[in-house]
Amino acid sequence: MSTYAQDEPHVFPEGRKRGELLFSFLLLFTALALLAALPWQTTWLDGKDLAAQPRFWPALSLGGVVVFAVLHAVLRGKLDRTPGRWLEGLTWIRSLEFIGWYMLYVAAIPVIGYLLATVTFCTFLALRVGYRGKTLLWAALFGLCVVLFFKSAMNVKIPGGAIYELAPDSLRYILLRYF
Amino acid sequence: MELLSSSIEIIARWDVLLALLIGAIGGVIVGGMPGVGAAVAIAIVLPATFSLEPIVGLTLLLGIYGSSMFGGAIPAILVNTPGTPVNALTTYDGYPMTKRGEARRALSLAYSASFFGALFSIFALMLLAPVLAKIAPMFGAREIFLAALLGILLVIVTHRGQVLAAAMLACVGIFLQTIGIESAAYTQRYTFGMGWLQSGVDLIVVVLGLFAISQALILFMDKDSKIKLPEVEKVGFIAQMKDLWVYRRIATVGSSFGVFCGMIPGVGEFMSQFMSYSYAQRTSKTPELFGKGNPEGIVASEAANNSVPAAAMIPLLALGIPGEELTAMMLAVFYVHNVIPGPQLFSGQMDFVLALYLCLLLLNIIVVVFLFFATGKLMKAMTIPNRFLGMMVLTFSLIGVYSLRNSLTDVAIASGFGVFGFMLKRLDYPTSPIILGIVLGKLMEDKLRTAMARVQDPWDFIDRPIAFILFLMIVVALVVQARTVWRDRKAAKADTQNSREAQDA
Repeated sequence: MSTYAQDEPHVFPEGRKRGELLFSFLLLFTALALLAALPWQTTWLDGKDLAAQPRFWPALSLGGVVVFAVLHAVLRGKLDRTPGRWLEGLTWIRSLEFIGWYMLYVAAIPVIGYLLATVTFCTFLALRVGYRGKTLLWAALFGLCVVLFFKSAMNVKIPGGAIYELAPDSLRYILLRYF
Repeated sequence: MELLSSSIEIIARWDVLLALLIGAIGGVIVGGMPGVGAAVAIAIVLPATFSLEPIVGLTLLLGIYGSSMFGGAIPAILVNTPGTPVNALTTYDGYPMTKRGEARRALSLAYSASFFGALFSIFALMLLAPVLAKIAPMFGAREIFLAALLGILLVIVTHRGQVLAAAMLACVGIFLQTIGIESAAYTQRYTFGMGWLQSGVDLIVVVLGLFAISQALILFMDKDSKIKLPEVEKVGFIAQMKDLWVYRRIATVGSSFGVFCGMIPGVGEFMSQFMSYSYAQRTSKTPELFGKGNPEGIVASEAANNSVPAAAMIPLLALGIPGEELTAMMLAVFYVHNVIPGPQLFSGQMDFVLALYLCLLLLNIIVVVFLFFATGKLMKAMTIPNRFLGMMVLTFSLIGVYSLRNSLTDVAIASGFGVFGFMLKRLDYPTSPIILGIVLGKLMEDKLRTAMARVQDPWDFIDRPIAFILFLMIVVALVVQARTVWRDRKAAKADTQNSREAQDA
């Protein structure tokens, strides 16, 4: 059990949160797999000191991950657990949905352009997380403002859309340069 | 005097002043939005600063860094939710004061204590600067290695209750910096034959993933809650500032803790706040009121955390060693412009260093004046629903990560770190050890290699005064940590025994 004095100010968590052991084991297995790959993913140079070996720091750091992950799992394992380990794992997986939309948004920029992609992304994401009505308009307006500020005013380096090639010559430059 | 006029010349430009204004006001706004914070804002803005001159880019980032904690006090006091993690202690006494109908007094104390802390720290460091300029060149490869090692160690041991998690994550960070072609013998490490891994893992991409994308995911998974904003009465500027005079002792001691902790890599705001808060409680005439709305608690916490940013610039500028994630991000600005912070910068370009401190001084004046007049408007930032804020953060994060190289691979890597950061945040694990592991790991590898080439036996490594002092500090940190673990275990055993006896009885 954690042992903070009651009158002592503290903001750090006490007890074991759900998913802590799952996380430790995930990290432990990844580190072990990377350690197993050490001989062919790093080089040992003959005649060099240990500190100058390209293998030294990867081995040290991965060894550290393994040691601390094991110690962490053992010590946290002694604390009262909060049930719901797999539910937490599922929450981590659920977050991948938003990453998927985000990747789609980025992939769409060189095709439909930053303006259209951003306004669509903001509106769609607001819709997806449950907003309706006027909030969707706010989301679209936010997307528009982002484009106007960063691309049109600040000239941030973001590629123009292939769709802009279809525009008439006079409009094409403006679209490519500002949107 | 010549140095001062040279420094003023560096910052007396419209672009520097504009960056200062945007950074200061932007920092207060993001600080006032629980769920955003300075780290997210700096991660997003960072790539945009690469096209600016170092002084302009750094001023912008410093503005956000230095002012976010001012803004973070607003939701901490008014709605019991710290705007930035370092405002957590402010909720202990700030919110009870709001419930008693003293919201304006609590806010005024927070602003004036923050302002005092920041000024105290800037002036202390301006006075210390000549001394530091003399000491900085005494740092060779072995001293910088030991200072970086001390930084990593302290960032681990100061995460009380999470020391093993912090150690594990610091090692992850050190491993990440080893990926790619190393710079000494040009061999490949963990590239798995893939071209995109040869240049290694970009710090900016990791930062954007760990701080911005992960935060967006956290906000998406959160529920929107209706925030009822309390009434905040209007009081004159001078009347508000006067209240701090009563608590000048706590403000001074708290600021001193902030300067001390800020100068030591890896320690920072949390430790200074705890030390300051504990001191204030111990020496108070009404210690029983701490946590129930004691103004001394607000002063102790805010003075300590706001005196850290200026002090945290010391190890960064003098030794090239960032003390926490925000200064680690700033280090990227230096590297992009090929300005290497370290003893040469501190001893050779003191006017540049002083210019940064002058910027911090101006920044605090702008922020405090802005806050006294715009708090009412700023309170509205707290009412933005969480998931809408998540959408905003995710949209902004694209600008940071995609504008670097227009690379879909960068976005994919940042997204991967976003999910990793999301897992860490859900578990309440710290993210700063990863960033410091990446930055300090690289430094340690380079400096150890250089130092070992000149070392015959282990004693040679610490035979210089500064190296020996740093070594002693490392030993002391380890001994103190071992003692803490031993005491905690002893107390835990006593707890268990007591509860068993109670059950038996």
